[in-house]
Amino acid sequence: MLIAKVEIRINLTFLQIKYVRDKIMTDSKVLLMMGCPEVPIQTSIALYLSHKLNKSGFDVTVAGNDAVIKLVKVSDFDGYYVKKMVNLDKTLEDIIEKRLDFDICFAFMHNDSGLTFAATMSAISQAKMYSIIFGKNAEALEEAIEFDCVKIVASDVHNPTRLKNRLDKVIEEIVK
Amino acid sequence: MSCIEQMKYEILLQRISFKEAREYIEKNSDEVYYVSPGYKIFKDYYIIGVPPIAVGAKGNALIFPYTKPCHGSFVLSIENEDSIKEITRLRETGKEKETDSSKKSKPYESPRVSATSYQDMWKE
Repeated sequence: MLIAKVEIRINLTFLQIKYVRDKIMTDSKVLLMMGCPEVPIQTSIALYLSHKLNKSGFDVTVAGNDAVIKLVKVSDFDGYYVKKMVNLDKTLEDIIEKRLDFDICFAFMHNDSGLTFAATMSAISQAKMYSIIFGKNAEALEEAIEFDCVKIVASDVHNPTRLKNRLDKVIEEIVK
Repeated sequence: MSCIEQMKYEILLQRISFKEAREYIEKNSDEVYYVSPGYKIFKDYYIIGVPPIAVGAKGNALIFPYTKPCHGSFVLSIENEDSIKEITRLRETGKEKETDSSKKSKPYESPRVSATSYQDMWKE
């Protein structure tokens, strides 16, 4: 009888913890800040990351310029992987004017502009920053970053597998 | 689309790194002020950049960096009534002002690229 009571209490505590964790995730707003889409793995990783985070209960928004938005909308025309897409300039404006903010930001970068946008986001937002650094100049970009962030680096252009595997480990840590 | 793109501007440097833009502004302005990312100029343009962001004044022209995801950073110059207001505002707020009088004796470097329209520049 006593063992049964202890088991029930443990199960309840487990459910409460799970509920609180799920609630935190559901309330956590994540921004995927896209760079120029000329490096092929960006769109693939963005769709993957958006879907994986959505499935884990996060509220995910993808921000990009017109080219990024068109690429994602054609790839995912039913909005299965990406639920929310917004204009990057407008999003930054809303954050600066304190109309909007995020808890987590994944900033995609393969060139100096990507780094510049990520540094801006780091300065204007309260979000915890994760820099996804890829492409031929990944190592140089990684060294050039001066703001506080978690760096996920793979100097790949066409094959997203290494970057995906590294992101999986980071997501595991976030979801824990 | 921000108001910058509707204004008459000169491109002093184009498709460069943000660091190069900062260095150019520091070397080619009469007065240099440092602002934070998101500093608003010309009603609705929020400056994108790696801090410290240099914004310069040369005569009545405001010289500032402009970054786009696919085209790198640019250094733009705008000279009109609004640029005078912006320079006055920078002087009044005095954000880490740095004035080098020796710079004033340097001859003005003419813009390397002539004024162009936004639509031509970003045509895809």
